[in-house]
Amino acid sequence: MTERITIHGGGIVGLCVATELTARGVPVRICEKGEAPGPQACSWWAAGMLAPFCEGESAEEPVVRLGQEAAGWWERHGVKVVRNGSLVVALGRDRRELARFARRTEGHRHVNAQDIADLEPDLGGRFGEALMFDSEAHITPRAALAQLWDGLQARDVEISDDQPSGGRIIDCRGLAAQDQLTDLRGVKGEMVILRSTEVKLHRPVRLLHPRFPLYVVPRGDGVFMLGATQIESGERTRPTVRSTLELLTAAFALHPAFGEAEILEIGVDARPAFADNMPRIRHRGQTIFVNGMFRHGYLLAPAMARQVAEFVCDDIKPEMMDEDHGEW
Amino acid sequence: MVKFYGTEVSSRLMLGTAQYPSPAILADAFKQSGAGIATVSVRREAGGDKAGSAFWDLIKDLGVAVLPNTAGCHSVREAVTTAHMARELFDTNWIKLEVIGHMDTLQPDPFALVEAAKILCDDGFQVFPYTTEDLILGERLLHAGCEVLMPWGAPIGSGLGLSNIYGLRSIRAQFPDVPMVIDAGLGLPSQAAAAMELGFDAVLLNTAVAKAGDPAQMAQGFAQAVEAGRMAYEADPMEPRDMAAPSTPVIGKAFLE
Repeated sequence: MTERITIHGGGIVGLCVATELTARGVPVRICEKGEAPGPQACSWWAAGMLAPFCEGESAEEPVVRLGQEAAGWWERHGVKVVRNGSLVVALGRDRRELARFARRTEGHRHVNAQDIADLEPDLGGRFGEALMFDSEAHITPRAALAQLWDGLQARDVEISDDQPSGGRIIDCRGLAAQDQLTDLRGVKGEMVILRSTEVKLHRPVRLLHPRFPLYVVPRGDGVFMLGATQIESGERTRPTVRSTLELLTAAFALHPAFGEAEILEIGVDARPAFADNMPRIRHRGQTIFVNGMFRHGYLLAPAMARQVAEFVCDDIKPEMMDEDHGEW
Repeated sequence: MVKFYGTEVSSRLMLGTAQYPSPAILADAFKQSGAGIATVSVRREAGGDKAGSAFWDLIKDLGVAVLPNTAGCHSVREAVTTAHMARELFDTNWIKLEVIGHMDTLQPDPFALVEAAKILCDDGFQVFPYTTEDLILGERLLHAGCEVLMPWGAPIGSGLGLSNIYGLRSIRAQFPDVPMVIDAGLGLPSQAAAAMELGFDAVLLNTAVAKAGDPAQMAQGFAQAVEAGRMAYEADPMEPRDMAAPSTPVIGKAFLE
């Protein structure tokens, strides 16, 4: 295996696959139109929660299992992983949502008002009970993308804005690959980035709400990311007033001091997803597609990259492969 | 077989298409339950240039009648605009008309509802209005041109079941020949069965199925309950009474011990 493989797309999946293959000594180049990780990638707008157990509330079993590889993988590749767990809360009249969430997930413990105050002093007195997922973690997505990008350049991986021209290609273009993956759809997501000098959080906090579910991820230096809407639309632009209002209202309900926070950014993009919201590896001739990460880019890209690398290097059929034909 | 605006529908269970863990699970819920109609919201999903189309294609592939709705509309104008968009997207005159009047209870704005219904009926739409159990409102909607009524069981997404049985009995009795669907508020199959036992023609629900741990199984549970409730209604149930009425005669029974 000496022929250089072209990786098409330099978002979360492309960079993880390139990193994994490079680590195994496989020569790669990346075709990416951006000059650095940026807003052209859906993963630029992500939350960076490594929360496989929380995701298990609505995601299928492989997400929970494969997602547990993520924190270790990111740490091994030099990314700062904050292993403070995640906290799940609900407002008074939605307390039953907490019981439902607990029934649907593993890896949590019930905590009381005092525990909450110890874990997150700023939320002390605001919630009587919560679920604490101790083994979960979070990262800062833009820093993680930059870390992988720089790491690849340091290993002399060519990153150019050329179009791939023949040879073996690993297509990691996300939603842009709809031209070849006709069953791929976009799921619109809107997010807000705030700066608050008053609120301090140590871990992602999820606010369960029947209408406006919200998570707040601390980015450090008083910066918080609020996410995210999930709308069945491939639209990648146009964050709406309604969505922004919902996110901000929920944040305000979590802690009123967010009312005085500065709005730094309002972001929007569409996540690439297949009908079951599960990621896929598809091998068609000289191209391998890795796509459909839905809302689990940072959580599942490491496991997907591992599976691709095992296929390329050791001819092991990936668990998440649903098509395999032609000569690679 | 139940008919809405002359169209026969195979099942008296109608399901919404929002909030499922994935479109694949949504499709499974329809398959397992045999639900006959899918409601689809278009206002928020449409975006700038019908960007929601990939999801709508999945809905069309379910092979059931599609009833687009105006969920999320708070005024006549929004609802009318959304209805026109829906007609174009799904190539149907059917529209479930929702005009929300109150943010917390999501109860319909009766005045705007009647106004929007009139505009849409005059424009050739076949309107399924989401209404309350109010008789006068029902009357006005029928005058506006609606041939179906969809009274609520309880507030949308609340899962409280039939919160005003008296009102629902009363509207059923008032308009015996109008196809009526209990829309919203159902949380359990037993509540759907109760609605059918009252003589309603169908039920429409979303959250109870979509947010269940196993949506497909819950949809199946609802389908069976709807079937059971309808069978009971058609079988002419007994009247409840205050005194016990033994099912085997007591007087004259052989005394064996």
